[in-house]
Amino acid sequence: MTDQPVSPATPKPDAPPPLDSEVAQLAAAEREIAVDVGDKLVEIQNLTVRFGGLTALDDVTFDIRRGEILGLIGPNGAGKTTCFNAMTGVYRPSSGGVLLEGEPIGRSKQHKITRRGIARTFQNVRLFGEMTALENVVVGLDARHKVGVWGSLFRTPRLYREEKNAIDRGMALLEFVGIADKAAVQASALPYGYQRRLEIARALATDPKLLCLDEPAAGFNPAEKEELMELIRTIRADGYTVLLIEHDMRLVMGVTDRIVVLEFGKKIADGLPKDIRNDPTVIAAYLGEED
Amino acid sequence: MNQWITFDWEALGANFWSATVDGLTFGGIYALVALGYTLVYGVLNLINFAHSEVFIVGAYAIVFTLTSLGFGPSVPNLAWYAIAANLLLAVIFGMLAAAITAFIVERVAYKPLRAKGAPRLVFLISAIGMSFVIQYLIFVWRGPNPEPSVIMFKNEAIFDIGGTLIYFDSILIVTAAILMMVVVDQFIRRTKLGRGIRAVAQDPDTATLMGVNRERIIISTFVIGGLLAGVAALFYVMKVPSGVLYMGGFLLGIKAFTAAVLGGIGNVRGALLGGLLLGLIGNYGQILLGSAQWTDVVCFVVLIIVLMVRPEGILGSNLGKVRA
Amino acid sequence: MSTGTPMGGASESQARADELVDEITKPSRLRGLSDWWNHLPRVGQWGFLLIAVAAAFALPLVNIPLVTTEPGNNWPLACAEMARYALVAIGLNVVVGQAGLLDLGYVGFFAVGAYVAALWTSPDSTMVHIPYLLTLPLAAMVTVVFGVLLGIPTLRLRGDYLAIVTLGFGEIIRLLATIIPALKGQVGFQQIGRPPGENADGNPVFANSEGAPWYWLTITVIIVVMIALGNLERSRVGRNWIALREDEDAAEIMGVPTFRYKLWAFGIGAALGGSAGAIAAGQIGFVNNQRFDVQMSIMFLVAVVLGGQGNKFGAIIGGALVAYIPLRFTAIAEYKYLIFGAVLVVLMIFRPQGLFGKRPHLLTFERRAHKRIANLADAPTSAPAAKEAGQ
Repeated sequence: MTDQPVSPATPKPDAPPPLDSEVAQLAAAEREIAVDVGDKLVEIQNLTVRFGGLTALDDVTFDIRRGEILGLIGPNGAGKTTCFNAMTGVYRPSSGGVLLEGEPIGRSKQHKITRRGIARTFQNVRLFGEMTALENVVVGLDARHKVGVWGSLFRTPRLYREEKNAIDRGMALLEFVGIADKAAVQASALPYGYQRRLEIARALATDPKLLCLDEPAAGFNPAEKEELMELIRTIRADGYTVLLIEHDMRLVMGVTDRIVVLEFGKKIADGLPKDIRNDPTVIAAYLGEED
Repeated sequence: MNQWITFDWEALGANFWSATVDGLTFGGIYALVALGYTLVYGVLNLINFAHSEVFIVGAYAIVFTLTSLGFGPSVPNLAWYAIAANLLLAVIFGMLAAAITAFIVERVAYKPLRAKGAPRLVFLISAIGMSFVIQYLIFVWRGPNPEPSVIMFKNEAIFDIGGTLIYFDSILIVTAAILMMVVVDQFIRRTKLGRGIRAVAQDPDTATLMGVNRERIIISTFVIGGLLAGVAALFYVMKVPSGVLYMGGFLLGIKAFTAAVLGGIGNVRGALLGGLLLGLIGNYGQILLGSAQWTDVVCFVVLIIVLMVRPEGILGSNLGKVRA
Repeated sequence: MSTGTPMGGASESQARADELVDEITKPSRLRGLSDWWNHLPRVGQWGFLLIAVAAAFALPLVNIPLVTTEPGNNWPLACAEMARYALVAIGLNVVVGQAGLLDLGYVGFFAVGAYVAALWTSPDSTMVHIPYLLTLPLAAMVTVVFGVLLGIPTLRLRGDYLAIVTLGFGEIIRLLATIIPALKGQVGFQQIGRPPGENADGNPVFANSEGAPWYWLTITVIIVVMIALGNLERSRVGRNWIALREDEDAAEIMGVPTFRYKLWAFGIGAALGGSAGAIAAGQIGFVNNQRFDVQMSIMFLVAVVLGGQGNKFGAIIGGALVAYIPLRFTAIAEYKYLIFGAVLVVLMIFRPQGLFGKRPHLLTFERRAHKRIANLADAPTSAPAAKEAGQ
């Protein structure tokens, strides 16, 4: 039984390197995570976010452990996307904070937070419409590229290395989410399902420690939701940690390891899916809402 | 002698009070035009570039009306009530012309883009195009030179405070600006249309769900802005009789926009505060630095500083959403 | 909302979606042109480019009957002006077309460049004199400084505010040129320097009335700039610019340092505007405060918008057109602002992507990617199948 030739450092010179859908093997060598599997990767501590008179998040505390798939659920307006936004630097907390690998995120700029390792997708798909699918993913890869304006201008060897690498890794990522055949299609022209998966590929391209998915299954039919669950499991199997906002209960129950429930900005439950499913406060919050 | 920039503090000190009066007077005009910018910005989240041309069209209408009524470069020989009646007629025509222009601009340059959901850059470019079209239509029709001056009345000094003369036109303009501000403020707060404007400014989607007709609100906002610009045009012709030319709107428009931003874009009271304040700053700057054109430079610098330091303006932008 | 497709498997909904995608991406007529270009082998592309460059250099020497601006306007001088506008349009295209920053005061950079050339070569100026050709990079550097100084406080602002502020900047430059005594207002600077060289009859090669040598100088600068910008586009820089133009907030969250790249775009645009200004000053030989008004900024904007967002070749054509039309059709020249204003409105309503809006090319190794995609279609797509095949 032969191993798949997979190292990105030595592709065969003439033929394009064989595609490998194990993204982590292309990416993992460069990832250093200070935290062991099962330990706290991200800590949300007493996070409070206020807008004028409205308290969107009120003293919310929970952890995200490395290697888990954590679900963040709650009725509409509970503060889930606000939590995402606070974690990615879009909103500044009014009090409390977010720690990544033990270090506070503080007032870092958003692109710096991405470099530190938190990536996300959006509730309404926000791709770069004029670019192709592959180019969208490569923008995510650019977060880790080191070449600057002068290097690009004068076409340094580092530029060539990074650009070649970008094609390989980008195509691998697209294959991983299953849309590689449309790599050269303009993002705004892709069907909706492809766009959602492209967003995930782009987020993965930034080489995150934590991947935050904001309602990734919105608008999917049941078959597509199954595929998505499979994809999320594969992502975790490749070593990523996933934080998932979703409304579809079956999807959440089916794919998450643990669930945190928010209502009106407060955390009302935190536990295993089977416990959450039977928790009376959660049921009351939703009034039995299930997909 | 410094070849680059000189500061003439003595001149400022000597003329401080008359500079203040003059500054407030111009400020009143800025404030009235600023209202048009601020209302449209509040409702559409967009700078109506062509508003300066709406204003200058109003000025032309006023000049034509007064000329055909017999006014000219010399002081008219009429009783005060006759003059007032003529001015009223002129301002009505000015307001009409400006409002119609505003309506046309909205229908031609903005509405088709709204229907397509065009990105903001496209709206801006379209507005610039309209601004140019109007300016140069005027240029083609009336040529590059200002219209012959029209003097409205004998401008007499009403008060004399410690050596500073306060003329009638200053009192009139500042009073009118404050009055119009109160009228618009009350209108926005108390009338159905006004509430509709505020609703659309804060949350267009919910407003539509609540039964507010967004198109009607948008048209109304433009028309109201036009009417206010018409009033501003009357005072502009009054204060700067030789200033009615095809590009007259442009620099005034920038100043008015600066005033709106300074006071708080989208904020009706901010437009008044910003206008008066900018009028003062501009006038002081002009005296301090020695040339009328420094007013413009000072105003631009003010704009940049405000946008850097406190982009929501002094009173905060409250009609619409706070800027991202 | 179209349906998504199951991952990897062939099924009816996949086929339907494929049809839909093909329908949407079917080449339109103009797209057909760029498709043809993309499929041309490298050799073919270089061949065409060389022919185009040769034709460009030959342009002022050939008085093409219907095209030429004569007898109304001297043709080589018209070519020189077209080339200058093209250079400006390329520069403004970086700012407006690629980074999506609406700059309405670009004439300010143009003016700074012109005044740099004037201040350091004209006998009317008290500054030290340097050879004219050195003023070109000097103008670029000084303008970049202005651009960065202007950009740092203002590039955090949102679109419309940035537009007004840049408009203000352009006006400030113009006003300062009028009211600062050292800049000589309307009197201006005469006898601006020129590149060295003399004809057989003792006249300078780069005389103010000789359009052709100035045209060739400008074209050379344009070619160098195009190569440089092409390098930038097909790299992280170009991608980051388009990303921040398309969706600045999403770009920032995807790790793009948006402010830094906006500043770069602004600075590069400034440098190009300043260089064009210095060239203009040299060719015309005279600089005063009369030529740097808002109208010119808007003409530059028309050139970029006409040519097509982000398309530097389109920008060249747009710039050339904006310069050419008033020179060729002298009857309507006085209406040019009216016409171009209307052009702006019409374009925005009916074809906002400009005449030559084209999809940007942002990958250095685009062909490599195309080959990979083609291989996908032939080879079995799933890794397990490939694993088995490799056993």
